[in-house]
Amino acid sequence: MVELGIKKLHELLKSGEVTSAELIKESLQKSHEIQEKCNAFVTIVDDALSTQVTDDVLSGIPFGIKDNYSTKGILSTGSSNTLRDYVPFFDATAVANLRIHGAVPVNKTALDEFGMGGTGTTAHTGVIRNPWDVKRMCAGSSSGSAAAVAAGVYPYALGSDTGDSIRKPAAFCGIVGYKPTYGMISRYGLFPFASSLDHCGVLTRSVEDAAIVVDAMKGCDELDQTSWDSQDISLANSLNGNVAGKKLFFIKEIVDESNYPDLSKELKEHLSNFRKTIKNLERIGVSVDEVSIDKTLLNAIPSVYVCLSCAEATSNMSNLTGIIFGPRGKGDNVTEMMKDHRTKGFSPLIKRRFVIGSYILQKENQERYFVNAQRVRRLIVDKMKELFKTYDGLILPVSTGGAPYIDGSKDEINASDTAILEEHLQIGNFGGFPSITIPNGFVSKLPVGVNITGDCYDDANILNIAYALEATMNYKGMIAGDKYE
Amino acid sequence: MSKYKAVIGLEMHCELKSNSKVFSNACNEYSEIANINVQALDMAFPGTLPVVNKECVRKALLMSIVLNCKQPEYLYFDRKNYYYPDLPKGYQITQMHSPIGIDGHITINCNGYEKDILIHDIHLEEDSAALEHFSDASLIDYNRSGVPLLELVTEPCFNSAEEAVAFLEEMRRIYQYCDVSDADTQKGQIRCDVNVSIMDEDAKELGTKVEIKNVNTFANVFEAINYEIKRQSELKDAGRYAEVVQETRRFDEETGTTKRMRGKVDAIDYKYFVEPNIPKYKIDNSWLEEIKKDIPELPRERKNKYINSWHLSEYDANIIIKDKSYADYFDECVNSGIDAKVAANWLIVNIIAYLSKEDISIKEFFLTPKLLKQIIDELNKGTISSKQAKEIFFKALDEEKVPSSYISKDIAQISDKGALEEIITNILNNNSKQIEEYKNGKTNLFDYFVGQVMKETRGKANPILTKEILKDKLDN
Repeated sequence: MVELGIKKLHELLKSGEVTSAELIKESLQKSHEIQEKCNAFVTIVDDALSTQVTDDVLSGIPFGIKDNYSTKGILSTGSSNTLRDYVPFFDATAVANLRIHGAVPVNKTALDEFGMGGTGTTAHTGVIRNPWDVKRMCAGSSSGSAAAVAAGVYPYALGSDTGDSIRKPAAFCGIVGYKPTYGMISRYGLFPFASSLDHCGVLTRSVEDAAIVVDAMKGCDELDQTSWDSQDISLANSLNGNVAGKKLFFIKEIVDESNYPDLSKELKEHLSNFRKTIKNLERIGVSVDEVSIDKTLLNAIPSVYVCLSCAEATSNMSNLTGIIFGPRGKGDNVTEMMKDHRTKGFSPLIKRRFVIGSYILQKENQERYFVNAQRVRRLIVDKMKELFKTYDGLILPVSTGGAPYIDGSKDEINASDTAILEEHLQIGNFGGFPSITIPNGFVSKLPVGVNITGDCYDDANILNIAYALEATMNYKGMIAGDKYE
Repeated sequence: MSKYKAVIGLEMHCELKSNSKVFSNACNEYSEIANINVQALDMAFPGTLPVVNKECVRKALLMSIVLNCKQPEYLYFDRKNYYYPDLPKGYQITQMHSPIGIDGHITINCNGYEKDILIHDIHLEEDSAALEHFSDASLIDYNRSGVPLLELVTEPCFNSAEEAVAFLEEMRRIYQYCDVSDADTQKGQIRCDVNVSIMDEDAKELGTKVEIKNVNTFANVFEAINYEIKRQSELKDAGRYAEVVQETRRFDEETGTTKRMRGKVDAIDYKYFVEPNIPKYKIDNSWLEEIKKDIPELPRERKNKYINSWHLSEYDANIIIKDKSYADYFDECVNSGIDAKVAANWLIVNIIAYLSKEDISIKEFFLTPKLLKQIIDELNKGTISSKQAKEIFFKALDEEKVPSSYISKDIAQISDKGALEEIITNILNNNSKQIEEYKNGKTNLFDYFVGQVMKETRGKANPILTKEILKDKLDN
């Protein structure tokens, strides 16, 4: 039953056809099955208690939490050995808000260590597998959340998104991934990766569920100065499907086949599927324009992201010394102890990012790398803001197709022709823009996704367009393994 | 002492007074008990975020204004990254790019001469935790982690230890007067770093700068500077000035010397960058105007008032402004109508001595200016003698009773002119022989008559009035 949507589950709970305890039991059972199959979890909360069913649509319904959210009394590792034994004494604000609504966390989902990866292969608990095909990756870093939602463990799981960590795994797992405007959801209690780019968000199987969950997670938080008051915004109530007259654009330099001289069959299929999606939009009254943007600017996106995210990460993770929390390192003095803790605790990928971050922040390099990256970030954001004056949003295909195989995957900075197609979702983080990925079909029998990104604070509009688009296709509420197409 | 010119710069860290810490809502209060004023952020638990304490910003802006600094248009903070066990986050939130005040100046008085001190900048930051080292372990007390600190950086504009300490003392007074900090060195609320170099009197270029870190009392600042001037001068005299290198040293209290910590090559790259979790905040002019209204009369202004308008000696004025609570008490005395010189005398001779003997603050002192005035009024009226006034003063303090309750008929002086004249006439009538001797030139007999009056009145005759009447009757 847990493969149903939130509203349907709420109806069943209200009518007494099912109880919260039964839903939780089923969700836990599925968690164990999916753990066997996909290795999606760090912790399964076997003693999760049911809550009273109220008029709140989320009450009594199980959900999952990415393991980089602080959860009171529940192990929270960030999928890192540096926090392998850390049990927080406080809830992240987003989690606390959901608890107030009566939602029940049943597991903590695995991720690329501290969110710093895009493959789901660097968690300290091992590789996370895609429920559509276990030989394939989920992408990352919200890999466990994406796998669990796609497998129908519960209607939703929390994710976090610094580059594309919600929106790309959503695409690879055939589900919805939404990160709202920066600051709409408090980041208090989210283990930081790169504070100026980090967003909380959610993975679901429908746009409506994403709206319902973020409505409950969001709000101004006195513990996060970057959060803002969104009381006047009700995302779920804004979904009316009425999108006639809305205007979207896509970027020619990313979508046009001519940009890819060595076009693979898969990519060709993916791009033509995207064109089909555009047609669907046009049929419901949305106009979609092709816009050209300087390729130099676009090509700078991945390196700007690497510079800024690695620099902030280096600083953000300096609290992981094993002195206050995490396993205490060995050594004759405190410096040795910190070194030992960090050397043993972090995976090689993260260490490499720290080295890059440190290098970028060094006095002699800051201007050249860090400050310039900030300037280019500003240029990109300004360009988008300018376009958002004319358009409701930007629509682009996610990645170059379906999920790649795990074996042979390398989580590296992608330098190929298709880099921009892989990395353009980072635009959403640069500007703090609301951004949502929804499934838009299958390529080589694997789900693929399309992304819509809009201007800050325009979440309701963006979700409504995604909601209307979703209704033109047949991929809402998909569970991995079912037959589609 | 040295034939060289010393050039000294100061960094003064001062803990701000506030209800909560600068970025967390833990209590900002000095405590002997370790780790009781701690919130999750103060220990950098994963996911915690800084939230700026507006009251701390207000106080920092107030100091920025007092020091005649320029305030930035936007308030924001930077991270200073380094690893140390007293720094839980692995970085300190401070202000490097846009301090809360830059390019300020303030006039100080040092041994009778005035000097303008240039302020490079003043910025708001957080304190680190406190470490305590034992032979086999070190302990960390996070009470201090996140306590608001104002760091004031001067230009290298002092030429002696005296000037440096005069500045620090003036700053301490200003912090206290503005209620920005208790500025108590005993509690480690003020800590200084000192830069010292020497140069030939006529040289154009500065000498090699040596930094001495974490000097915690003004006496140590004084000693550290003088030791460093001496050390550098001796090396220069011996032709070994090259051995003075740009380095960081520490002051060793036991030996009164400075010791090398690290050289320039080991200088730490703090990798400063803007703190992303605190949005830029526009500092409105209207807010600055509001803050300006909160600036009290500063010690220097008060001192000038005491000397120029109230005619105190500089010596007395200096004693009174030393502590804001003294100056406040004094002002209240004068404003309630006590003569300034009389009030100053009482304060300096009796009250301050009493306070230090009893080890209490003037706020705990029983005789408020209003109560003190009761004594002084009676003294002025001549109802009591100054000896009696003192007795009443101490008795009132001892028994915590209002002074007027001691000024009964019994103790009151005979100041009634008619009554005194009657007594004196009687005495003179019975001493005609002595009057004759007096009139023949034995003028020291005057005291004999005074004595007789006192004897008759059992010491209660108003001595001034007695002398007046006597003189009048004897000389005419």
